Amino acid sequence: MKALRDAFGETLVELGGEYPNLLVLDGDLANSTKADRFEAAYPDRFLEMGIAEQNMLGVAAGLAFLGFIPWLSSFTVFFTHRAADPLRMLVAQTKANVKIGAAYSGLLTGYTGKTHQDVEDLAIVRAMPDMAVLAPLDAIETRAMMRWATAYEGPVYLRLARDPSPIVLPEDYRFEAGRVLELKKGRDIALLGTGVETPRLLEAAKLLSAEGLEAGVYHLGSIKPLDEDDLVRKLRPYPRVFTAEEHSIHGGLGGLVAEVLAAHDPKPVVRIGIPDTWGESAPNDWLLDRYGLSAQRVAERVLKEVKQ
Amino acid sequence: MILSEAERGELERTARLVRYLILRTVQHSGAGHIGGPLSATELLVALFFKILRIDPQNPTWPDRDRFILSKGHAAVGLYSVMALRGYFPVEELLTFDKGGSRLQGHPDMTRLPGLDMSSGSLGQGLSPGVGYALGARLLNKDFHTWVMLGDGELQEGMVWEAVHTARRYRLGNLTAIVDYNGLQQYGWRGSGRGDRADPWAGFPLAEVFQSFGWRVIEIDGHDFEAILGAAAVARENAAGEQPTAIIAWTTKGKGLSFTEGRHAWHSKVPSEEDVRRAMEELGLSPEEVPL
Repeated sequence: MKALRDAFGETLVELGGEYPNLLVLDGDLANSTKADRFEAAYPDRFLEMGIAEQNMLGVAAGLAFLGFIPWLSSFTVFFTHRAADPLRMLVAQTKANVKIGAAYSGLLTGYTGKTHQDVEDLAIVRAMPDMAVLAPLDAIETRAMMRWATAYEGPVYLRLARDPSPIVLPEDYRFEAGRVLELKKGRDIALLGTGVETPRLLEAAKLLSAEGLEAGVYHLGSIKPLDEDDLVRKLRPYPRVFTAEEHSIHGGLGGLVAEVLAAHDPKPVVRIGIPDTWGESAPNDWLLDRYGLSAQRVAERVLKEVKQ
Repeated sequence: MILSEAERGELERTARLVRYLILRTVQHSGAGHIGGPLSATELLVALFFKILRIDPQNPTWPDRDRFILSKGHAAVGLYSVMALRGYFPVEELLTFDKGGSRLQGHPDMTRLPGLDMSSGSLGQGLSPGVGYALGARLLNKDFHTWVMLGDGELQEGMVWEAVHTARRYRLGNLTAIVDYNGLQQYGWRGSGRGDRADPWAGFPLAEVFQSFGWRVIEIDGHDFEAILGAAAVARENAAGEQPTAIIAWTTKGKGLSFTEGRHAWHSKVPSEEDVRRAMEELGLSPEEVPL
């Protein structure tokens, strides 16, 4: 188990050693996002921007056009909601080489409730032209995506999470932008996740297997860019697809998959995620159960849909 | 005196041409802004012809001064000045707002070389200016960063995030120029320096910037001598810790009897007759104007 934010902080330090032009800009949350590790290692390249996320995005754009690689540290919701306009205008539209470290995505944000539970971010950022959108499934992929993002020239949104989650991928994993990751072959249905929901789907597949249903498990961490052919090809053997995400069922992974399959290989897509409602403050297990995102609840939902 | 009589005459003639081009361009495209570009005309001419360390033939020169037009709706004024300064042919102004043009309704840095930021959503330009100025410090470069804001967009909270950050990082190499024309698209009932209320009447703008630790210089924004003097003070103090705010008092729609002080001309499209009248009021002959 390891939290994506811990991988974020560690990888910033690692990348800081390799890229002398890498800066970290923080919105007064470095001790939550773990960007504070970078400050400890490279105090002169850590720029505290205070509680002013809109300005932070603009400052980052200016720095990027001077050849710096700014990595930004704040909570997801403050990038995609509070600072949506500068994110769109000053970073995405200008193709600025700015990397958004969007910590604390989804529901599990440490008893903060709806203010901090960003379950609309993917819908917002994936609609922005020129923005790469990545949602790693574990600490290994977080590091791999950060290495890719830092080498890539252009804006990248990295969707992180607060609390420890299982390590699924091998140490030598290499991220390939756009590709769908096959974690388990199946036969009857496909489970497709993004971010830290994906490891829960591996557990759900085990529960389903015990019920005689063989589920393939897939991960789409590269929300954008997306190799649509790869997605269609990998899902082709399955008569039915279930997407699951710590995100609204509107506009996130489920929306994306439904859009692509409707155009290229129409088949039933069940979108598991936050329905059209707000989050709330509660323990993690309670939230995953309440919103149907635990392995158990996903398995139950699949069985219910399949039996209908 | 910074300017000789001849130099001032040349700048004033350039400003008259710019005013004509603003009206002619918007009349030709059928869309665009008038009042804001006219209030900023002297400021833009002074910047591009005297103040900015730039090379129009080499718009990506790494050591150039950076300039951001935060009040992006004054794009047509910026384009007119850039054309006369040699960034692109003046005839290209006729593509303004047409599909495929480099001259978008609001400045687009991905299309037009020479722009250091895209703008148009108000209140955003000072932040990338802070980024450029902060980056210059990190790189030990001596270029200066200039950001032009409208007084209306000072109502946006993001401006004050940037004002705070600029002083915190002691960016003496950053200058904000406020084109304080006292009118916005609609604004508040009443009258002041135009046919609507001055949005900042009763608010001590200079003191607000000063309280954030900025150096403030208030000038007549249509007086070239004053503009150049203020810019010189800003650059002389670039190594210091105080960013500079030049609050330039201007008149919206300046220079033409039918646009001055009228909020309706914020984005009104002039007729051919308006353009002819502008040429006459500006003392220009049809042979003198490039378009």
